[in-house]
Amino acid sequence: MRIRSTAPVVATLLSGALLLTACGGSDDEAASSSGGGDGDVELSVSLFGTMGFEESALFEEYEKQNPGVQINYESTQGEDKYWPALQTKLASGSGLADVQGIEVARIADVVANQSDKWTDLTTLQATKDIAANYVEWKAAAATTEDGKVLGAGTDIGPMALCYRTDLLEQAGLPTDPAELAARLGSWDDYVALGEEYKAAAPEGSAWMDSAGGFYNAMVSTSEEIYYDEAGELVYDSNPAVKEAFDTAAAAGEAGLTARLEQFVDPAWDQGFASGSFATIACPSWMIGYIKGKAGDAGAGKWNVTPLPGGEGGNWGGSYLAIPESSENKEEAAKLIAWLTDGEQQATVFKNVGNFPSTTDGIANVGDATDEYFNGAPIGEIFTASADAAPTQILGQDDGVLKNTLVKALLSVEANGVPAQEAWDSAVSQVENQLG
Amino acid sequence: MTVDTMPGTPSPADAVPPAPGARPAPRRRRRRLLGESGLAPYAYVGPFFLIFLAFGLFPLVYTAWVSLHEYRLGGEMTWTGLDNYTWLFTSEQFYNALWKTITIGALSTIPQLALALGLAHLLNYRMRARNFFRISMIMPYATSVAASTLVFAQIFGRDNGFANWLLSLVGIDGPDWRNGNWTAQIAISVIVIWRWTGYNALIYLAGMQSISQDLYEAAAIDGASKWQQFVHVTLPGLRPTILFTVVVSTIGATQLFGEPLLFGGGTPNGGALGQYQTLGLYMYQQGWQFGALGRAATVAWVTFVLIVLLVVLNTALTRWRTGERSTRRAAR
Repeated sequence: MRIRSTAPVVATLLSGALLLTACGGSDDEAASSSGGGDGDVELSVSLFGTMGFEESALFEEYEKQNPGVQINYESTQGEDKYWPALQTKLASGSGLADVQGIEVARIADVVANQSDKWTDLTTLQATKDIAANYVEWKAAAATTEDGKVLGAGTDIGPMALCYRTDLLEQAGLPTDPAELAARLGSWDDYVALGEEYKAAAPEGSAWMDSAGGFYNAMVSTSEEIYYDEAGELVYDSNPAVKEAFDTAAAAGEAGLTARLEQFVDPAWDQGFASGSFATIACPSWMIGYIKGKAGDAGAGKWNVTPLPGGEGGNWGGSYLAIPESSENKEEAAKLIAWLTDGEQQATVFKNVGNFPSTTDGIANVGDATDEYFNGAPIGEIFTASADAAPTQILGQDDGVLKNTLVKALLSVEANGVPAQEAWDSAVSQVENQLG
Repeated sequence: MTVDTMPGTPSPADAVPPAPGARPAPRRRRRRLLGESGLAPYAYVGPFFLIFLAFGLFPLVYTAWVSLHEYRLGGEMTWTGLDNYTWLFTSEQFYNALWKTITIGALSTIPQLALALGLAHLLNYRMRARNFFRISMIMPYATSVAASTLVFAQIFGRDNGFANWLLSLVGIDGPDWRNGNWTAQIAISVIVIWRWTGYNALIYLAGMQSISQDLYEAAAIDGASKWQQFVHVTLPGLRPTILFTVVVSTIGATQLFGEPLLFGGGTPNGGALGQYQTLGLYMYQQGWQFGALGRAATVAWVTFVLIVLLVVLNTALTRWRTGERSTRRAAR
């Protein structure tokens, strides 16, 4: 009987304790994220995808050069999962790392809406003049109207064309990069060559991977894409967007694409090795991606040539930034400055293909070649593309627009939706979304 | 003091020594306050309700609150009243997602429950290695959604997929499962069916075993075939079990999320035409791809109301169907 009478008390206490622990969680977390004592510094770095630092053992080297600094690194595979998680941490002000990565498609949003949540790098000793090292537009995109610099560029995405020499050979097309480049004076030439390829192509192989990839390559060579300089939405009146959309849609309708959605369809990944497509628009970071997916068996089968007409463009690239809540800002700035220094950027480029964003770094990679790609002069090709690339105007909803248009193009190539209908439905979806 | 001599009555809280003659009265009072009929039951169920309040009711109410605001991921909330609902009910994409949720739900739930019923009926017979078959029923359910979906995504691959290879053996040119409208929905339904059929079969089996053997014997003596026994003894006897699985499957189908998300390579687009974008994916897309949390909350609430409506409708339908059958049987 004794037990019975004390049980209610115990149960009440238990429920109370549950409530208390539910409330206490956040304090513990805040306490553990501060730096270690005794002059030792623990720096947390949270990135996404393959940024190349870990892969090139740069964190290890930094720790060696700076005794007392310990780097805790973590990476989320997909940027589409990394970003929402980062936003919730920013909103709650806890769980943030000292250094966070930001993809170029997000930087306009950060500059326009979150300048109070990120540290102005010009206020820190190590990164005071960091913007001066960068390709001009790269720094401009991370600078607010009142001159705060919120991110240090890690890489940019100058573009080229990657192709399978063995497939082109079987179709009777030139396999030498220079000869191929001579046949590619414009995007129309690229499509025309595709028709030629299709006529003699090995079975089960298309000229390019996807209409969406083709479209992205084309619009990436424009200065104005979805927004104008004043920040107004102009995608539906911008001839560059419509032209790229129509050209890519036509290529899809003509059966020049393998109808494989980039980064989504597992068959796209397999296609690098199995030869479902002969060419792919190739931002520099795609070099590393191809190596990963085509594997050792693909070595020597791939090559690189400049974009049609030798055009320059940019697709992708990232920034490193320090959240305002970081307690190790000076140390984090030192790390950022070192990681984005020309020498380290060149190392990353040689390891995973991410192209330097600093003028120093670019100077360091000019003579780089890649054995895997038949010894292609990738340094030279991507440097030329970066030089020729226009200063893109970025907008905060670029991601929504790109996603909607690429999806519409997939419906053209894979579902036989007429191009104009796909365009109209994409426009109405964008209007519904962005109002 | 009474503390040690009267087991069961005292507790430190009641330290006031009662007057000797009035002993039974405080005891009764105490029993009312703390005993079985008093506070104790509340204290016992307390933890559940506290957790329910914190993780069930509060999110529900807060989601409703958020749905009345424009709230960008990483931004501030601004009150907009019912704007989000107006937006939702004028969005073509929402109606598409609603329709796909219903079609995929039907494509997966109906064959799933029918299969489960058949399997359970077979497992209910005496046979060799019965326990092995019963246990293996639950294996797909124990597999994670991610693992099974990734495998099925490979099986339904266009170029090197197993399904298309099988079709090619009989001379059929395999479809582009992922990009086709119905083919993608069928592929996702197959994943759902594969995962949940065994689970439902075991529930049916448990239900079947509570049906008295006498009924089967009596039916057999009356000359009923196995099929007649199934229709006239098993089905009416399973009525509450069927009701339960229908409700659970309806909720599951309306919330379908993991399978189409992973089938779409982790993106919430649901294919070029949104052909497999369910309400769950639509909500995820609004919240986490486009950063529109207010709109995501709106989708969540509308989905919640929809689930309640569907469950009520399904329950009524199932009651009516099985009720009709048992009255027919009784009339015979």
